[in-house]
Amino acid sequence: MTLRATVAELVHEFRANGRIVIVGASLAGLRAAEALREEGFTGSLTIIGDEPYEPYDRPPLSKQVLKGWVPADHTKLPRMREVDAQWRLGVAAIGLDRVTKRVRLADGEQVPYDRLLIATGTRARQWPNPTEAALQGVHTIRSRDDAAQLQKALAEPPSRVLVIGAGFIGSEVASVCRELGLPVTVVERGSAPLVGALGGVIGEIAARMQRDHGVDLRCGLGVSSLEGDSGGHVRRVHLSDGTAVDADVVVASLGSIRNVEWLEGAGLAAGFWGVGCDAGGRAFDINGVVTDSIYVAGDVARAPHVLYEYQFLAMEHWDNAVFGAEVAAHNMVNLEPHYRPHLLLPGFWSGQFGVNIKSVGVPPFGDQIVFTQGSIEECRFAAAYGHRGRIVAAVAFDHGKWLEYYGKLIEHSGPFPPPPVGWDQPADTKPMPAEFPDPRVPTAIPDVVLTGHDPSERTAEFRPRRH
Amino acid sequence: MVEETPWQQALRYANRANPYPFYEELRKTPVARQPDGTYVVSTYREIVTLLHDPRVSSDPRKCPAPAAAQAEGAVEAEAEPISEAVVSLEPNIITQDPPEHDRDRRMMTPHFVGPPRSPHLISDLEPEIRRIVAGLLDDMRGKTRIDAVDDFAYPLPVTVICKVLGVPLEDESRFHRWIETALDALDFGPEAASEEMQNRLAGGRRAVAEFGQFAADLLDRYARQPGPGMLSAMVNEDGPEGHMSKGVLASNALLLIFAGHETTVNLIAHSVLTLLRHPDALEKLRRRPELIVPGVEELLRFESSVQFWHTRSAVEDIDIAGTTIPKGAPIFLAYGSANRDPERFTDPDELDLERRDNQHLGFSQGIHFCFGAPLARLEVQIAVGEFVRRVRNPRLVEDPPPYRHNQIFRGPRHVLVDIDGIRD
Repeated sequence: MTLRATVAELVHEFRANGRIVIVGASLAGLRAAEALREEGFTGSLTIIGDEPYEPYDRPPLSKQVLKGWVPADHTKLPRMREVDAQWRLGVAAIGLDRVTKRVRLADGEQVPYDRLLIATGTRARQWPNPTEAALQGVHTIRSRDDAAQLQKALAEPPSRVLVIGAGFIGSEVASVCRELGLPVTVVERGSAPLVGALGGVIGEIAARMQRDHGVDLRCGLGVSSLEGDSGGHVRRVHLSDGTAVDADVVVASLGSIRNVEWLEGAGLAAGFWGVGCDAGGRAFDINGVVTDSIYVAGDVARAPHVLYEYQFLAMEHWDNAVFGAEVAAHNMVNLEPHYRPHLLLPGFWSGQFGVNIKSVGVPPFGDQIVFTQGSIEECRFAAAYGHRGRIVAAVAFDHGKWLEYYGKLIEHSGPFPPPPVGWDQPADTKPMPAEFPDPRVPTAIPDVVLTGHDPSERTAEFRPRRH
Repeated sequence: MVEETPWQQALRYANRANPYPFYEELRKTPVARQPDGTYVVSTYREIVTLLHDPRVSSDPRKCPAPAAAQAEGAVEAEAEPISEAVVSLEPNIITQDPPEHDRDRRMMTPHFVGPPRSPHLISDLEPEIRRIVAGLLDDMRGKTRIDAVDDFAYPLPVTVICKVLGVPLEDESRFHRWIETALDALDFGPEAASEEMQNRLAGGRRAVAEFGQFAADLLDRYARQPGPGMLSAMVNEDGPEGHMSKGVLASNALLLIFAGHETTVNLIAHSVLTLLRHPDALEKLRRRPELIVPGVEELLRFESSVQFWHTRSAVEDIDIAGTTIPKGAPIFLAYGSANRDPERFTDPDELDLERRDNQHLGFSQGIHFCFGAPLARLEVQIAVGEFVRRVRNPRLVEDPPPYRHNQIFRGPRHVLVDIDGIRD
């Protein structure tokens, strides 16, 4: 038998009888399972999820669900097809043994795999003081249960809501509060809302939107402590400028933490930045060598992106979960030369204060911004981000339908500033600094060290950082 | 005689029933300059690109007459087309650019598709649409031959749009005549210069003017005495952005009355015709009625109700598909061709009711995406679904059927069908 025939037989055999385990039962996990069946995989398929629920959609949680339009349990993701999988829901994966090819579950069970997909996503970063975080009335929002609890708290109604952090989630929560007529204070350590994602120029506009809608927005400030009453309910929030705000609901929207702890000791390139993988979703081991049987998709994946100087990017966006999962699934049941790359132009959307915000590309990759369409004054516009004379991203406020145009420009490495539009030009069309904050100093990253002397023995190893 | 371009041939009335071979030829040059200086775009990718390009205007006022063409001694004596008469009305959302387009469409939307004001406006029409369709099919009892246009496709959309807008149904015969006259007078092809078309042109312009007057009178009436429907609401209710001037409102009213049924009539008629030409698809739909939802999308791809659109132009030089559309040049987007583009659709000339990834251009894309799409979908799904379910053994009497003159709003004038009866 020729080698090619043997390989073909191998692929055929794997598709018929292989064992695939997906860890993570949210958007990426579900879409990967569906894509695997669509690809003709008929072997055994196990989906492991730490939450007890079938896969559900997260974007509505901070919007329609909080507002009370849609109950939290009405967010189940539509199914594209039958997946015929064994669902292990409500049981977290707590370990991975790559030698015996098994996933260890919290209930002690071990699930063997031939190929594994890691789609464990992220979780909300909790308020760092555990005692204060445990006060009643202190919320985060990432899961269905989080949203249900916060929705209930907002419906009480509280006398004031305080939101810590004005990223997208924090801003959406503040927007819902205002729609519900609730007094809300937003405390943001940076210079304006959304600065990390969209820069200071757009942040200024977002700040104006918040204030125009009655948000008590306080930027350049931190929260120093949360104070509870004798019943263990939060009542007051102390700020870094020495002032205090009375609030009985506090929402900590402090960003996300990648769910990689269960991979400790597995020897993968997994850490606080996510799980490194190639553009086909194949995970890297700790040495930066690609693995053959472990794949990554969704928020937890981090892969080099051709459009952005091959830098490793984690794209915590809905599209990325869907398309990354489809590519990983395809590659899990194929071999070279049939691998496909995941070459998504990142994009995300948000709804807040009556405005639809959408973006394509990677705004923080840009250092300049230019308004291209519409009116800043009226909060309806498109703007492009540039880096070294080429367009790398665009953002639209109530102008989402034009993003396809900018997306094409970005994909084709179009010029920055882009050519002038034919109508509805903004008053000022000069590029200006986009004002992204300096990259944060990474914290709590373990050291990676090389061990061994003989070149054939050299290997990388994580060493916890000593404080 | 100069040889005609594929586009000019596609526009000839003799080819109305089947322009597709000419489209196929046309697509060999995705962006094809015509002798009159117009750029015809016929491929899916290029059309989608231009639909999202903010250097393309939809406002014919921004498009100088194709002077370039005249300078080069174009073959055709450019007859002032009927569209000029429409342009002479105030602008409406289909002939506006942002920001005016966005503002006016925003003002119209809550009165039509609803949210947040009346989110169920369209879906609440379903019982009424079912009742009308049932009545039309009931009326076919005892007949052995029907006209799927006059007896079926036409009455439903016109009744529904009159109700939605608040246009008295008793005026239907008047505006129907105006629309027919105007449509028959509009010609973008080599036959535009013919004596007959020149004669029709005058009548067409008169019809548009009368139709415009009709809309203005109706709005005046609602201003004095509010009544049911969208037009009255738009005259009398101020949104957060105020309300439209009377002229703009009249122009949009005209657009809605017209577009609200002409395109739907053609889609229903074409759907019946297409299904009768594809007995396997018809049988499949009879067995699996739920396929009507993807089925209507496929039927819309297969025979697009708006074959092309003609009011766009380049505001700047635009490089595309190896050519440059110069600033000021008119751009025609040939949706009917893009929907049969093999680069985008596998086996585009096959009817596949279960076609996947069917992102056709039957409703266009971008900011000018069909305003009435949700209503059209609902009407056609019910009408065609019920036709398939209830009509016994329908057979096409003549193929191809006679077509109407208009090139943009392409559709059969009659579709005669022999039937064995009507099921309950």
